[in-house]
Amino acid sequence: MQMHSLAFDVSHTLAGGLVLISFMMLYQDRLYSLLNVFALHAVVLALSVAWQAFVQGAPHLYITAAIALVFKAIVIPVALHRIIKQLGIHRDIESAVGIGLTMLAGMALVALSMVLMLRVTAEADPLAREDLAFALSVVLLGLLVMVTRRNAVSQVVGFMSLENGLVLAATGARGMPLVVEISVAFSILIAFIVIGIFLFRIRERFDSVDVSALDDYRGEHR
Amino acid sequence: MNLPSFDPVAAVLLIPIGSAALLAILPGYRLTARLNVIASLATFLSALSLFVIERPQPGPYVLIDDLNIVFIVLNTFVGFTTSIFSASYIAHELDTERLTPVYLRFYHAMFQTMMFGMNLAFVSNNIGLMWVAVEIATLTTVLMVGIYRTHAALEAAWKYFILGSVGIAFALFGTILVYMAARPIVGEGQDGMVWTLLIQHAAAFDPALLNVAFIFLFLGYGTKVGLAPLHAWLPDAHAEGPTPISAVLSGLLLNVALYALLRFKILLAANPTAIAPGPLMVTMGLVSLIFAAFMLYRRRDIKRLFAYSSIEHMGIIVFAFGMGGPLANFAGLLHMVMHSLTKSAIFYAVGHISQIKGTQRINRIRGLTVTHPALGWGFVVGVVAIAGLPPLGIFMSEFLVVSSTFARQPLLAIVLVFGLLLAFGALTLRLTSVAFGAPRGSTASAEASYVPMFAHLSLVLGAGIYLPAPLVVWFQNVARLLG
Repeated sequence: MQMHSLAFDVSHTLAGGLVLISFMMLYQDRLYSLLNVFALHAVVLALSVAWQAFVQGAPHLYITAAIALVFKAIVIPVALHRIIKQLGIHRDIESAVGIGLTMLAGMALVALSMVLMLRVTAEADPLAREDLAFALSVVLLGLLVMVTRRNAVSQVVGFMSLENGLVLAATGARGMPLVVEISVAFSILIAFIVIGIFLFRIRERFDSVDVSALDDYRGEHR
Repeated sequence: MNLPSFDPVAAVLLIPIGSAALLAILPGYRLTARLNVIASLATFLSALSLFVIERPQPGPYVLIDDLNIVFIVLNTFVGFTTSIFSASYIAHELDTERLTPVYLRFYHAMFQTMMFGMNLAFVSNNIGLMWVAVEIATLTTVLMVGIYRTHAALEAAWKYFILGSVGIAFALFGTILVYMAARPIVGEGQDGMVWTLLIQHAAAFDPALLNVAFIFLFLGYGTKVGLAPLHAWLPDAHAEGPTPISAVLSGLLLNVALYALLRFKILLAANPTAIAPGPLMVTMGLVSLIFAAFMLYRRRDIKRLFAYSSIEHMGIIVFAFGMGGPLANFAGLLHMVMHSLTKSAIFYAVGHISQIKGTQRINRIRGLTVTHPALGWGFVVGVVAIAGLPPLGIFMSEFLVVSSTFARQPLLAIVLVFGLLLAFGALTLRLTSVAFGAPRGSTASAEASYVPMFAHLSLVLGAGIYLPAPLVVWFQNVARLLG
């Protein structure tokens, strides 16, 4: 019983930490600091997944944790750092909405996911249901980051934090087949390749990777 | 099973992925374009053999039933005809240097990878695997939409990528929730994701969890289906990519997402206490139909015009499946097949038209039937079909949708008919200006292959006049399966 409550507390803390870090992403107005916060996000995710692997006695989850740590917390942030430097866009992020409003929206989203998930999963085991509620919050906050940023790099970061939420949900669901974890990691890899190509191409054609520069084009007026 | 070494399920997966690897290495346009056609034909023939061969037992990963055979055969057939169209289309793109040989190799490899992803989604019995497959198909089309690397193509691909990945994220979350609902009953691990096991035990699942799961799945896969208001990626992706890709996007990829939705709809229907997915689908379907019908009037770009028409028709199909019941399901299924055939035929025509005229702007294209009779009249027949005029196949399926709705929900039927008439008006307006009148723009002769276009159109015409009895029986079976 003692062990169970410890297991519960630790995973609860880590999942809650992820939500908190997602909030921190909302108000970063520099690309570099946004990347650093994302790296922290990935580290906490790795810890959380590793803890789940330990608690559930599911060693294959350690692979997912390792992927989160090596790939998302180190490789991608470093690579994006370089891209930002090369492109010379380490200036402010133009937030489409003000920080205060974004934070309020973020709180509303977290409240929504808590109410929704805790209500519908009343019969599931408490560990899984709170994990799921946190995971949905992380997903929605990642979505919010994507919506409020106009810059391609920060949209990508938002997307990756959204994926982190999905990994949290997948590992919280006890015994979920390995197929999915690998696929999630894989999809991020593919996504990154895609994005890499995109950034490269956009760089090739335009002076900035700001998506709003692309918005000038409206398909209907040619 | 007198051919123990031939497994059609493996063939429809291995032929595309194997040829994708081959096409990525091989140089030369002629060789690769031909190889692409041959591989697609082989895939189609293996898919056809699914009709006659003894079906494998549903395993943890693979399931073959009446429902997905229809989808697989349609998918591989349109894939095959598109590969023929693509060969002549791409030759022109190479001549005008819009594509370099390196990108061509990439294009062919991606085309086959996409066929692999779509076939995998159809045969998979595992909701996780299905998700992965839809993801593969989507990512390959994102890459192909951006292949011209113009402003417009990049914006379209980026938008598609962002919206598509949000959709796919929601779909994964929904998949996880389904697993969570299944775990207490089906047990942990692999079994909790096997669709045939899920459906057996669905009645005992926690309905609240299943409801939330369906909402996420509906939003996620609904983005891929192109339902309004989640459709924003669709017109751009259709307009800016190579036209063969527009044809498979409209004709096939939307069907893949629809298929995923249908699988989960059946799952939800098996649980008596969960929400009925029908009303949700009916609403989104009608919204898409009306919205797209209005948007049709304002289009100046010919590929965008038909992209919105795809939204409209996906709306009708989702509406029909949402209504449910044997007749509406039958109509929805028929409409889906007819729409795939007709819309890809239209895109084949539009591809050659825009290559000849050097533009996609509708007001720069005039009098096609005078300058290019075969292309022009093919286009006319295609648009007449898609607008829903008799005696073509879409008229019949739309008539079935409308009449089955009138019998049950007259008010909804009025809205439906309003949307159909609205779309009909817009399309005939555009048709008369593009096909008739004094010719405008280049009158260079077309080096087009008309076979795919006329093959599709004659199938649509044939289906409109006479549906073979075995096909009707088959569709009725599937309609029952859909509940």
